Amino acid sequence: MYVAVKGGERAIDNAHRLLDHARRGDPAVPEITPAQIDEQLALAVDRVMAEGSLYDRDLAALAIKQSRGDLIEAIFLVRAFRTTLPRFGASEPVDSGAMRIERRVSATYKDLPGGQVLGPTFDYTHRLVDFALAAGVSPPEPATAGQGEAIDAPHVTGLLDDEGLIEVNPGAQADHPVGDLTREPLEFPAGRDLRLQNLARGDEGFLLALGYSTQRGFGRTHPFVGEIRFGEVEVAFTPEELGFPVSLGRVALTECEMVTQFAGTAEVAPQFTRGYGLVFGQSERKAMSMALVDRALRTREFGEDVVAPAQDEEFVLSHSDNVQATGFVEHLKLPHYVDFQAELGLVRQLRREHAERAAAKASDAAAHREAAE
Amino acid sequence: MNAPMTAGYNFAYLDEQTKRMIRRAILKAIAIPGYQVPFASREMPMPYGWGTGGVQVTAAVIGEHDVLKVIDQGSDDTTNAVSIRKFFARTAGVATTTSTADATVIQTRHRIPEAPLTEDQILVYQVPIPEPLRFLEPRETETRTMHALEEYGLMHVKLYEDIARHGHIATTYAYPVKVNGRYLMDASPTPKFDNPKMHLSPALQLFGAGREKRIYALPPYTQVVSLDFEDHPFEVNRFDKPCALCAAHGVYLDEVVLDDRGGRMFVCSDTDFCETRRAEGHRGEMLADTPADGGAA
Amino acid sequence: MSAGHDRPLLQVEGLGKSYGARVGCVDVSFDLYPGEVLAVVGESGSGKSTLLSVLSTQLAPSAGAVRYRMRDGVLRDMFALAEAERRFLMRTDWGFVHQDPRQGLRMGVSAGANVGERLMAVGERHYGRIRDTAADWLGRVEIDADRIDDQPRAFSGGMRQRLQIARNLVTHPRLVFMDEPTGGLDVSVQARLLDLLRGLVADLGLAVIIVTHDLAVARLLSHRIMVMRQGRVIETGLTDQVLDDPREPYTQLLVSSVLQV
Repeated sequence: MYVAVKGGERAIDNAHRLLDHARRGDPAVPEITPAQIDEQLALAVDRVMAEGSLYDRDLAALAIKQSRGDLIEAIFLVRAFRTTLPRFGASEPVDSGAMRIERRVSATYKDLPGGQVLGPTFDYTHRLVDFALAAGVSPPEPATAGQGEAIDAPHVTGLLDDEGLIEVNPGAQADHPVGDLTREPLEFPAGRDLRLQNLARGDEGFLLALGYSTQRGFGRTHPFVGEIRFGEVEVAFTPEELGFPVSLGRVALTECEMVTQFAGTAEVAPQFTRGYGLVFGQSERKAMSMALVDRALRTREFGEDVVAPAQDEEFVLSHSDNVQATGFVEHLKLPHYVDFQAELGLVRQLRREHAERAAAKASDAAAHREAAE
Repeated sequence: MNAPMTAGYNFAYLDEQTKRMIRRAILKAIAIPGYQVPFASREMPMPYGWGTGGVQVTAAVIGEHDVLKVIDQGSDDTTNAVSIRKFFARTAGVATTTSTADATVIQTRHRIPEAPLTEDQILVYQVPIPEPLRFLEPRETETRTMHALEEYGLMHVKLYEDIARHGHIATTYAYPVKVNGRYLMDASPTPKFDNPKMHLSPALQLFGAGREKRIYALPPYTQVVSLDFEDHPFEVNRFDKPCALCAAHGVYLDEVVLDDRGGRMFVCSDTDFCETRRAEGHRGEMLADTPADGGAA
Repeated sequence: MSAGHDRPLLQVEGLGKSYGARVGCVDVSFDLYPGEVLAVVGESGSGKSTLLSVLSTQLAPSAGAVRYRMRDGVLRDMFALAEAERRFLMRTDWGFVHQDPRQGLRMGVSAGANVGERLMAVGERHYGRIRDTAADWLGRVEIDADRIDDQPRAFSGGMRQRLQIARNLVTHPRLVFMDEPTGGLDVSVQARLLDLLRGLVADLGLAVIIVTHDLAVARLLSHRIMVMRQGRVIETGLTDQVLDDPREPYTQLLVSSVLQV
């Protein structure tokens, strides 16, 4: 006897209970706390804040715990929370020049005002699994220099700017406020403000692959890392009723300025151009990839031909968001049996018609042979 | 049944400003039937592609006294339907139902109920890809121009190719329609079986595509014509047998595999329709010997 | 020459196109009459392709005007048309034959649909009639009727070019632009295509503007010729006159170099 597909509701509840159980794992192992995640998996928290586009370490850490370490799932949780938050306004632009620098490197100059500050980085480590870490270690105190002194480090691109060697960064335009693609639908062609916002929220892996593709010749831009800096900047907000900015606190940012080539035209002398990357937290990979893709997306602005995926605005901006992408890819798991039923009927019909035609042809041929004989 | 609401969220989850923004888009969509209105789709607590567009439209139009029905594949009991129904029960505290006749707002994925809808009902479709020309022309900039200039020849090229290859049009779902003699519209991935139900429907039909950030609409009693050729007119899928449970003819059927020896049965995809008929005493071949109040569950 | 009509179909006046400081073409003026074939010749870089792009409204001019006599007999400024009108004109009364047929065809749909697309675009909704018309046109460009359901991918270069021509002519346009239509084809294939083109143009009374670097093509197809150099028209006249008795030293050089080949 046929049993109708019923009881979906209870099955779902049970699946969720099982998920809670699987999340906790073996109860003999101590439960992880969001504070531990925040402190010891800080880069995961950074990524979730960056792509979740919400600066809240506690929330991101909790989302990582809830998602069992699936970072895209955690980003999704943060985004869904973000969407419910009331919006009071936009902060003043942050001044990355006044950043409290923890790391700052330039590839275009050996030394420069403010110096090369290596900071906490994997860059020069040997990638050897450290078995001592499994048992837990107390690292020695870090070396410090110039305790508490803010480093005065002007932007590298500013040095080029003084000589007129690099394009001038456009200033803010009062008649063109910075867009927000979480409040207005994205339309093409998109301005650079929306492109940068899209990239800042975009999937690290997607941007990495696109940036990499430009290096391999799919839209080359001859990039140099003018500068990467990581540290905290102050965020200020001007409440309408006060009329002057007040400090809201600090956020950690990674900023990358790529210096790229431009051959010039009849009107414009050759000069360096810019690609820009800015992300929450510490992620040089993401900031660099973003800067490469930002520059690639400016192709048309410089009268160059759009020939590669990274230069194709509609392709890049429509596919960079991992919450959108994972939703649509994974929706294929949802039932599609109604449409499949229609296709099933069609394929059966087509096969029947095909067989009938083949049979008709065969009998025609047989009749023909008989007639010939 | 009214459910207790989850604290800390606005009625129907979205804040009132967002709902007003969505309502403006809906009004524009109703004013220009079949035209895809861009809207600032919000991030929702369910994944893109799982009905975020429909959920936002429902959230924008639902009121405290509405009665909500949610179906997926025609069924009230599929996972996604259950999940969305629960979402609104929790965030809006509205009454929910599985009965098509009792519902004032019906959110659907892939089907239109078999029972005729009325002027007092709103049907909200979940749409994955709102652009009917998308698979012929991948660029949004170009498809928008094609809509603006009513350049729809390409769609017929696709249908021509079907006939040239198969002898008939081989598009079975998301079958393109012309709305009100003007806009080409994607009927969402409902089987073309349901296309005629869209035509001159007394109910307001709203379509929400969350990931693609588009809303479009069919006001009540709008002309909806499925594209075809004069000598190859539009036809709906037909089934050889009636529903094995309720003996209904002329309804969309799901194929259910009974065993691994090729056993199959065909039953109504619209579960409410099927249950209502069985309650009325109709019996299909699989239930021929059970009493009238037996049911199949 | 079949230019018996007294009113020009196309009027071009002082047309110019520059890209910043670089010049595409400068101060081009001519009239084209119904049924007339005009060849634009010159070396690569002479501005002939730019001129064709501007004439066919794919590029906006920097100076001058292009006027076309619509079917209602009124001369209209092409760059003052609304985009809808312009695109409609492009797929009904005009044709454009690209050098590379892949640019002018839909490679992923059948030959029949390629020819039928323009008919469907102007509202033909009878499958049988569309198919019959497509079959008829395939015959006129010497493609076997049993290839109607094949995609152009399966066609040779010459067949693709003939298919592109059929796709353009199916709506009976009055003006067709051709950009090196025989370029990239073998010599024997070229000869057959030229024969076919000459027949179709005469039968249909088409006005054609053909851009070519090949003076033999110009001689075979065109009534009139325009020689371009560095963006300017340096000599113009009846094709036979210009080619047999060129006045400009540059044209003499062109003609002599073709004779040497």
